Amino acid sequence: MTTVTAQPAKGDTQATQQRRMLREMLLIRRFEEKAAEAYALGKIGGFCHLYIGQEAVAVGVSAALEPTDYVIASYREHGQALVRGIPPRAVMAELYGKSTGCSSGKGGSMHLFDAEKRFMGGHGIVGGHLPLATGLAFAIKYRSGDEVCVCFFGEAAVNIGAFHEALNMASVWKLPVIFLCENNRYGMGTAFERVAAVTDVVEHACSYDMAGEVVNGMDVLDVQAATQRAVQRARKGGHPTLLEVRTYRYMGHSMSDPLHGVYRTKDEVEEQKKKDPIAQLFHRLRQDSALDQAGYDALETEVKAEVDEAVKFADESPDPAPEELTTHVLAD
Amino acid sequence: MPTITYRDALNQALREEMQRDPDVFLMGEEVGLYQGAYKVSRGLLEEFGAKRIVDTPIAELGFAGIGVGAAMGGLRPVVEFMTWNFAVLALDQIVNAAAKMLYMSGGQIPMPIVFRGPNGAALQLSSQHSQAWESWLSHIPGLKVVAPATPYDAKGLLKSAIRDNNPVIVLEGEMLYNNKGEVPEGEILIPIGQAEIKRAGSHVTVICHSKTVSVALKAADQLASQDISAEVLDLRTLRPLDDAAILGSVAKTNRAVVVEEGWPQCGVGAQIVDLIQREAFDQLDAPVLRVTQADVPMPYNKQLERLAKPSPEKVVAAARRVLYLD
Repeated sequence: MTTVTAQPAKGDTQATQQRRMLREMLLIRRFEEKAAEAYALGKIGGFCHLYIGQEAVAVGVSAALEPTDYVIASYREHGQALVRGIPPRAVMAELYGKSTGCSSGKGGSMHLFDAEKRFMGGHGIVGGHLPLATGLAFAIKYRSGDEVCVCFFGEAAVNIGAFHEALNMASVWKLPVIFLCENNRYGMGTAFERVAAVTDVVEHACSYDMAGEVVNGMDVLDVQAATQRAVQRARKGGHPTLLEVRTYRYMGHSMSDPLHGVYRTKDEVEEQKKKDPIAQLFHRLRQDSALDQAGYDALETEVKAEVDEAVKFADESPDPAPEELTTHVLAD
Repeated sequence: MPTITYRDALNQALREEMQRDPDVFLMGEEVGLYQGAYKVSRGLLEEFGAKRIVDTPIAELGFAGIGVGAAMGGLRPVVEFMTWNFAVLALDQIVNAAAKMLYMSGGQIPMPIVFRGPNGAALQLSSQHSQAWESWLSHIPGLKVVAPATPYDAKGLLKSAIRDNNPVIVLEGEMLYNNKGEVPEGEILIPIGQAEIKRAGSHVTVICHSKTVSVALKAADQLASQDISAEVLDLRTLRPLDDAAILGSVAKTNRAVVVEEGWPQCGVGAQIVDLIQREAFDQLDAPVLRVTQADVPMPYNKQLERLAKPSPEKVVAAARRVLYLD
């Protein structure tokens, strides 16, 4: 049986790296399934947007980044937070609103932060964080740093003004930012083609004179390769990129929504599940004799234990003290 | 002591803080090559270069958000809005991003950023260019809001704002840029949150800020000729309010009038009246009155505009009423 380490190391073979990506995708999926359970039990409140189906995007992107690179995301960001190294227990505790959460229980599902890991948040206003990404890249360039900033957002954000303002200035000032559109086809219950004049998101790259690529978001290796190209452009000359990653969410927009509802059919969802990113990568690894069923089962067991531990930790952690209500409103 | 304009006092503050800290930069429309729409940034491009004096497109939401992102990345941005009327497009970034970042990150991401620009009515600029935004902005926890009235205060408060580790809104009076006043050479830092008595008096307190300080001072002159001694209290900071200074003055005069350029409903004055009735009820000899802009969009016509704005005459009338003289 092959051991799969959680942390990348220099000299990792391609197979080792791919097994790690499989493990990360599995971790996200099992984590999200547990979050759904906890939500149903009333342990998690408010809005909770799950990432199931889209795991290959966060994992593929992260595999192309350095630990010092910045990531900023929308409110569907549990997967990105996990893959950037925020411990599952700290993410789950945040969903539970506990003091041990990665935002001390004050942010919740939509506002996961870890400044040390350069995970600059989950943001809850559609499109509002795109200028923040451009600003982080502005700060990198101002200090002559060689980091990049990756900004995850959904295709619905493309219709908002902030998208266009952020891309324009990133291109005018040649900033090292990657605008990563996770096109899962629906903004809540509205199909993109019903509300967008230009339905190929990537075409907007031309408007802002930046490189653009369409990426198969159900294939983690495709996502990794496209991100690597974008990272190279950003690090070398500060050229921004717009990546349109075509993906699909299996769940409703949030936990309050049905799985398919009136805006898409059950058949469509089932059809998409046939392209499942986890199944695809396992299939590939098995074909390459890089992982067998026993190895996969072992991974599952390991990941499940990690998620169970996270849930236990979240459950047993204390709520923030009442005094925390008024801390962190202003800095000293 | 040198006498300089309000505009040049702000310019000095920016220049000194940029010399002091390489992480401070200025961005906004026309701040560089054009030298600033109101010439506040005159000469700064030549001194600091295009890296630190950044001309932006007309995209308030976008560049305000870029400022917020740059602050997340460790810089200390000063974002200039050509006027606060345009900044309303950027309110999402100010309110949802800047003001809440520290709190929703559980204290991890400080937000040392200044948003500044001219506020309030000028002359005949009509409805969309003649608004006072202080009650909107001072409503928001996580922000500090200052509104200097004099060149001295403008320099001292802008310098403190730039050094503050929180988002600070600097409301500059659009009609004040040419006003002159004494500003000593060297370091001036006025603590945020401190009001100042601009004229001492004993019969009635006139509470004001920014452009209405000159309105209140003119009213105090007129009242003096009627043997009424008015104390003019300049708030200088609107969030956090200097409760102690307000209550201290009211304890002395037992009467108050609040003057502001904003509209009456939910205005700054409403907050101050709330404070006074809660904390100084027993010291009041009369209900507190307010002088505000008329509750209408600003008209273009000169006569109508004059009717809409607070004026010394309106303040005098209110002061006489709280003294039960009329």
